[in-house]
Amino acid sequence: MIRLQHIERFFQVGEEKVHALRDVDFSAAKGEYIAIMGPSGSGKSTLLNIVGLLDRPDGGTYELDNIMTTTLNDKQQADVRRHKIGFVFQFFHLVPRLTAEQNVELPLVLAGVEKAERKGRVQETLQAFGIGDRARHRPDQLSGGQRQRVAIARATIMKPTVILADEPTGNLDRASGNDVIEIIEDLNSRGITLIMVTHDPELGDRAKRRIKMVDGRIEEDIGKQI
Amino acid sequence: MRARDIGIFSLQAATASRSRTILTLFAMAIGVSSVILLISLGDSGRRYVIDQFASLGTNLLIVIPGRSETTGGPPPLLGETPRDLTLDDAMALSQSTAIRRVAPIIAGSAPVSVRQLEREMIIMGSSADFLEVRRLTMGQGTFLPHGDLDRGGNVCVIGSKGKKELFGNQQALGKWLRIGDRRFRVIGVLADTGVSLGEDMGELVIIPVATAQALFNRVSLFRIVVEAVSEDAVERAKVSILSIIRARHEGEDDITVITQDAVLATFDRIFRALTLTVGGIAAISLVVAGIMIMNIMLVAISNRRSEIGLLKALGAQQSQIMGLFLTESALLSSAGAFLGFILAFVAMELLAGFFPEYNLALAPWSPFVASGLALGTGIIFGVLPARRASMQEPALALSRR
Repeated sequence: MIRLQHIERFFQVGEEKVHALRDVDFSAAKGEYIAIMGPSGSGKSTLLNIVGLLDRPDGGTYELDNIMTTTLNDKQQADVRRHKIGFVFQFFHLVPRLTAEQNVELPLVLAGVEKAERKGRVQETLQAFGIGDRARHRPDQLSGGQRQRVAIARATIMKPTVILADEPTGNLDRASGNDVIEIIEDLNSRGITLIMVTHDPELGDRAKRRIKMVDGRIEEDIGKQI
Repeated sequence: MRARDIGIFSLQAATASRSRTILTLFAMAIGVSSVILLISLGDSGRRYVIDQFASLGTNLLIVIPGRSETTGGPPPLLGETPRDLTLDDAMALSQSTAIRRVAPIIAGSAPVSVRQLEREMIIMGSSADFLEVRRLTMGQGTFLPHGDLDRGGNVCVIGSKGKKELFGNQQALGKWLRIGDRRFRVIGVLADTGVSLGEDMGELVIIPVATAQALFNRVSLFRIVVEAVSEDAVERAKVSILSIIRARHEGEDDITVITQDAVLATFDRIFRALTLTVGGIAAISLVVAGIMIMNIMLVAISNRRSEIGLLKALGAQQSQIMGLFLTESALLSSAGAFLGFILAFVAMELLAGFFPEYNLALAPWSPFVASGLALGTGIIFGVLPARRASMQEPALALSRR
């Protein structure tokens, strides 16, 4: 369902041209649990961003659920992101002036869902992640673990088929990090594809499939199903 | 995204940082209020002048000796002086069917004295028709008698202010006063009408025109004020005045006839132009406010890079992000416009309290102009920041905290 072929990505850093991704081929089946590891600067986040349609490759093709995304315009790409992809970030990226509830509601608001329907779905999701009692708190009134739960609730409220997590525990202590990982793995066990970038080997080892990137190339791909 | 949600989201964003919001509102409010105030002052001035003209009387024409238009052709070899306007000219005018009343006017100043009290006052020689033509009302006694214009009499009508200065609280009717070396009996006192067009009727002394000719030793009239029978007759009256005078002045068009409408229209044009100019100058402050909004929005966008990236990650299209930021600047500017309107209203009420005689009021259309201008500036100056926000690369924006 995810198929990247011959993906190239360059960045201009000052005078220098950095080759962030070199001829990357990558595919993932529905429901897979994949950890992408590698030293910083190896291109793992860039790969994740391209999979999440937050970044456009300079070359190659990317197919998601039989849609050739590389030819879509901005509007269509936004649509794909909205309905198929959920993001979980290291720094949570909650909107500071909005309450937990409003943050989770945001994707529904952007999609133009009716207010009455939104309320119900938001409550349901917050309950499911154990933060129902925190609905009216703003991010600065929440602990790190709670913030990440809000972010996960937001990532899942549109019922995406893929969750992309970029160092989801990077900013959390061990206990709440474990909590968050369990929540994400639970989502994966219900059939959502999970792709996680991490440089914590312990975390990476929990994944069924592990990809190691070095210098913009996939060096190792262990546990591939297809 | 629903319009209501766009509004709520932008409102929350706009009010998130208080000092930024207050500063923007302040700048916008000052810009808008200065536009409204200056436009309204100009408009009030225009209305004041027009009201003053209307209070002079209606359907008036003013005949002035001399020509204001040239006809071309070689200049006369010898200096050509216009013929005088005489009393006979004035009397001839009243034969036209388009003309109801004729008031010839001679004006000058002379010392007026009652016993030892002496004052220099404006003396106006005119006819009985003057009362009607200028819409004056009598306070006491009667106005100049009707009758032959050629025959004067030693009677006078004085303004209320002059009466107070010359006679104090004593009865003035029937008393005698001295103008130059002639004695006049006071037969009437004008009601207090205040200042009309800079001419204080209260300080005037009105005497029969023939007497004024003798007093000033002059036959030529200062001007003739003519009232047409109706509004429609004004043009006809003008034509007949010109033809009667031409016939009497050996075929020369040596007078100028001004209609009240023409004067009104001129003043109207002048004041409108003035209002627009002043309003345009005030609009500069709106532009400044607009640039301030643009600046503040640009800062907001660089502060909210990650938020914009996030919105994109959550499926916001470029056009949606642009809409959100445009709405935010439009909200800021309309709130500023609203405040500015209140500010202008309060300032105008204060001014009107200090200068009640000018009848100051906000122009009725000024709120519409102001809100239009404010929304316009908000949107025009909001486009650049909003575009910049929508073009932002989400991956880059999200990679930082």
